[in-house]
Amino acid sequence: MLLLVTDQKGVKHELEALDGWRAMEVMRDWGLNIKAECGGACACATCHVFVDPTWVDRLVPALSEEEAMLDTVADTQDNSRLSCQIIMSDALDGLKLTLAPSAAK
Amino acid sequence: MNETHITTDVVVIGAGPVGLFAVFELGLLDLKCHLIDILDRPGGQCAELYPEKPIYDIPGFSVISGQELTDNLMKQIEPFGAVFHYNRMINNVKKLDSGGFKVIDDEGQVYECKVVVVAAGGGSFQPKRPPVPGIEVFEDKSVFYSVRRMEEFKDQDIVIVGGGDSALDWVLSLQPLARSMTLVHRRDNFRAAPDSVNKMKELVAAGKMKLILGQIGELNGENGMLSSMTIKSADEVLSIPVTRLLPFFGLTMKLGPVADWGLDLENNLITVDTEKFETSVPGVFAIGDINTYPGKLKLILSGFHEGALMSQAAKRIISPDERIIFQYTTSSTKLQKKLGVK
Repeated sequence: MLLLVTDQKGVKHELEALDGWRAMEVMRDWGLNIKAECGGACACATCHVFVDPTWVDRLVPALSEEEAMLDTVADTQDNSRLSCQIIMSDALDGLKLTLAPSAAK
Repeated sequence: MNETHITTDVVVIGAGPVGLFAVFELGLLDLKCHLIDILDRPGGQCAELYPEKPIYDIPGFSVISGQELTDNLMKQIEPFGAVFHYNRMINNVKKLDSGGFKVIDDEGQVYECKVVVVAAGGGSFQPKRPPVPGIEVFEDKSVFYSVRRMEEFKDQDIVIVGGGDSALDWVLSLQPLARSMTLVHRRDNFRAAPDSVNKMKELVAAGKMKLILGQIGELNGENGMLSSMTIKSADEVLSIPVTRLLPFFGLTMKLGPVADWGLDLENNLITVDTEKFETSVPGVFAIGDINTYPGKLKLILSGFHEGALMSQAAKRIISPDERIIFQYTTSSTKLQKKLGVK
């Protein structure tokens, strides 16, 4: 299954993702510019991504905890999510994300 | 107490779980420690990022929160009388000709020690800088990440950004002396204490301040002094006057001055050996998330192990002529005495 990511410089990446991995973990594993400093605990917001509009409604909606962490980034948009809260599965094959400037290392 | 010069065996930089447990292992070998941390309390990431989050991989605890682990470690190291220095960042580590090191913090405090242990995790916690192009030129002139002197904000057009307690507390404190006060937050839902939120909403209703739902857009001004900024909201871009901007987006970790201490680094991590966890500078050790070596795992339990081995090596540096007897706390009355077991 593929995760399609545009990084902060506009470079597009096709990443092979594994079922059950967090989108954050896939991007980190492939060496993209993602800080993810809390390691996936939904406690820092440094894995912030913008979700392609066609995919927004196909994700499990953010819990209030995730929304509260998104309050700690300055560049949110309507399609902002924390990529540590997106779990890859067949249903998300081909998911398109853009790494937010605030996720940079 | 004259604080200008402190002498101790070991300076531990970072009071996260790994730095705290190092005090225990060093203490069993009779080594005295001073710990320095940029936060205002012990625990590091466990205290700042996930105090309430459960941790499931601490040996012996099927589940423990970051705060509980910190509290337990503080209790466990109590017998060793380590001295803590909070809200301080180490700027400089210098090797002395006489052997040993001179460590200097950002308040000018000097610590002279024989061994330095860097247990700084992901680096220093520092305020998150909004990724707005050109914000650097305004920092410390008209953009501030904390309020040091209220006077700086008198009769100013203040914009505060954020929805947590820092943002709301400063809105309420600075509003009475501001020329204008605007709070900017991404949504109409605040993490801050409900009482502060209610007070802020009363001020908005009374026309004494503005609340705008949106995010920082562009900053405009000259010579570091802001004059206006744009706010991007759901369907429009507003331009508002501003002479003081306070973004409150919490903290993030930055490697900081560690990079300048002459230690060999690899991808912003300090390289160490796996026998002593010593850096490229003899007498300076690095343990926990800040170090790297083949097979490294960033786990708290790895940091505990690294601290135990580091302590043996530190002891050999500090007391080269003393024979070290390896003992267990279960059976050694000597160790139990150090721990205050009765």
